[in-house]
Amino acid sequence: MPGITREEVAHLARLARLELKGEELEHFAGQLDDIIGAVARVSEVADQDVPPTSHPLPLTNVMRADEVRPSLTPEQALSGAPAQEQQRFKVPQILGED
Amino acid sequence: MTVIDLESYEDALATYDPVMGLEVHVELGTRTKMFCGCSTELKQDANSQTCPVCLGLPGALPVVNEIGVESAIKIGLALNCEIAEWCRFARKNYFYPDMPKNFQTSQYDEPIAFDGYLDVQLEDGEIFRVQIERAHMEEDTGKSTHVGGATGRIHGASHSLLDYNRAGIPLIEIVTKPIEGAGARAPEVAKAYVAELRELIKALGVSEARMEMGQMRCDVNLSLRPNGTETFGTRSETKNVNSLRSVERAARFEIQRHAAVLNSGGTIVQETRHFHEEDGSTTAGRIKDNAEDYRYFPEPDLVPVAPSRDWVEELRKGLPELPRLRRKRLKEEWGVNEHDMQSILNAGAVDLIVATTDAGAPSDQARKWWMGELARNANETGRSLDELPVTPAQVARVAELVAAGDLNDKLARQVLEGVLAGEGDPDTVVEKRGLKVVSDEGALGTAVDEAIAANAAIADKIRGGKVAAAGALVGAVMKATRGQADAARVRELILEKLGVEG
Repeated sequence: MPGITREEVAHLARLARLELKGEELEHFAGQLDDIIGAVARVSEVADQDVPPTSHPLPLTNVMRADEVRPSLTPEQALSGAPAQEQQRFKVPQILGED
Repeated sequence: MTVIDLESYEDALATYDPVMGLEVHVELGTRTKMFCGCSTELKQDANSQTCPVCLGLPGALPVVNEIGVESAIKIGLALNCEIAEWCRFARKNYFYPDMPKNFQTSQYDEPIAFDGYLDVQLEDGEIFRVQIERAHMEEDTGKSTHVGGATGRIHGASHSLLDYNRAGIPLIEIVTKPIEGAGARAPEVAKAYVAELRELIKALGVSEARMEMGQMRCDVNLSLRPNGTETFGTRSETKNVNSLRSVERAARFEIQRHAAVLNSGGTIVQETRHFHEEDGSTTAGRIKDNAEDYRYFPEPDLVPVAPSRDWVEELRKGLPELPRLRRKRLKEEWGVNEHDMQSILNAGAVDLIVATTDAGAPSDQARKWWMGELARNANETGRSLDELPVTPAQVARVAELVAAGDLNDKLARQVLEGVLAGEGDPDTVVEKRGLKVVSDEGALGTAVDEAIAANAAIADKIRGGKVAAAGALVGAVMKATRGQADAARVRELILEKLGVEG
């Protein structure tokens, strides 16, 4: 099992929009390596004939009738927003100058 | 603003072979969102149709909309696809504020429908088969308003405002396989495909598929390869091309642009491009590099969808007649040519005419009113035909009154005008406006006598055998009766009184 590299952590951090310092990249690379190593033991136990599990319960086709249920009020919906304007969620600039 | 070099279309095609891929998103017409019970009604107050599920609040659990799944299967079947026996949803992770969850619930490598085709008819009648790669279920994003920029664009904006009413509305994404072999007709094929798909979606009743309202949106992927070669060139992806005409223009523009780049020794960059409705051009958007990584993984909060074969077969049995075949049948039944049928289709009049004939009108009458007076009114008032406040049954009633001789065409137009103005149904308008053909022979006879007396010279001509001159007297009588006479009967009376054989 090859180790998780610093570059891979940097890539993940970028995708997750997390700003990590140099020493944090090293630190998390080691930690992620341990975690993945632990999870990898599962594949030692599971043979080819065991399909990957995405859901713990053997359920299918849980569906909902197409019936309208009450929504939150705009005030409730926006109550957790750090900023709002015109009854909308206000978010920082999306594109920087380029 | 950089000027984009374009090769002439003919020269581009002399050297290169276009390959296209079309991705169409259809917003389903369900009452509720894909994974929660929030209403999908359009044009509501901002953020008035959200809940913990579609806002992505912690602990909220999505449950899929049964009609959403059913609609996806119907679309798949109508596109001759196989329907998955078992498939899952997947999270498509990305950071953009249009999805409060930071992922879009979609399907990844297990689409509900795959491997199909749609036959489309080109303008000269040729049938072109477009292969379908897949159709999968996902959800729409919220609506962003960019503030502080010059033109409401994201560039230069200081911040953005998000309305999540649309976030979570069911979408079906339909993806073609690479469309090869269309050559110079590629733009026409693209347009015909989207048009046929729209008709199909409407016929299935799963969405109104109004492109102008964003209920159906198309991405045009296009690449060129030198004629006679197999390997695909690098493609560009033109996003959100939202009318049939634009689909054709975008494909054409990209063919000309790619050819110019390639001919000058340049290389095409794989990127998304924005289409501009004003001049039909495209401009560069985001460059698609390998950093694009959605980290798809199976959605743990939604259980797999495993449509039983019984359900699938039941839905297959309920499929409507395919629009292309229905048009062919109607064209024959109505006895119209390809061009007229196309006009009827473009006007959105097919279903209205069918409903009018179903209400008892002969098809030529139904066509005449919908494509004439009513199309003109719709055009003038900027509405579509089905938005006019007149029903097929009312149009059929007008046709019936004309057939019975109670109205002539001129009066019938006035009746329709009255119906459109909200004066009531046709019979009420006839009553209120006093629009009845003058069939009182005595009154008509007097009017004819007066017309003859006032136009002695013309009357002499007619007596002398110039029957064609009768038109002038008919006109005079019609004027005297303010149009409320049956012109054919007037003509008969004139000829009778002047002792001439019609």
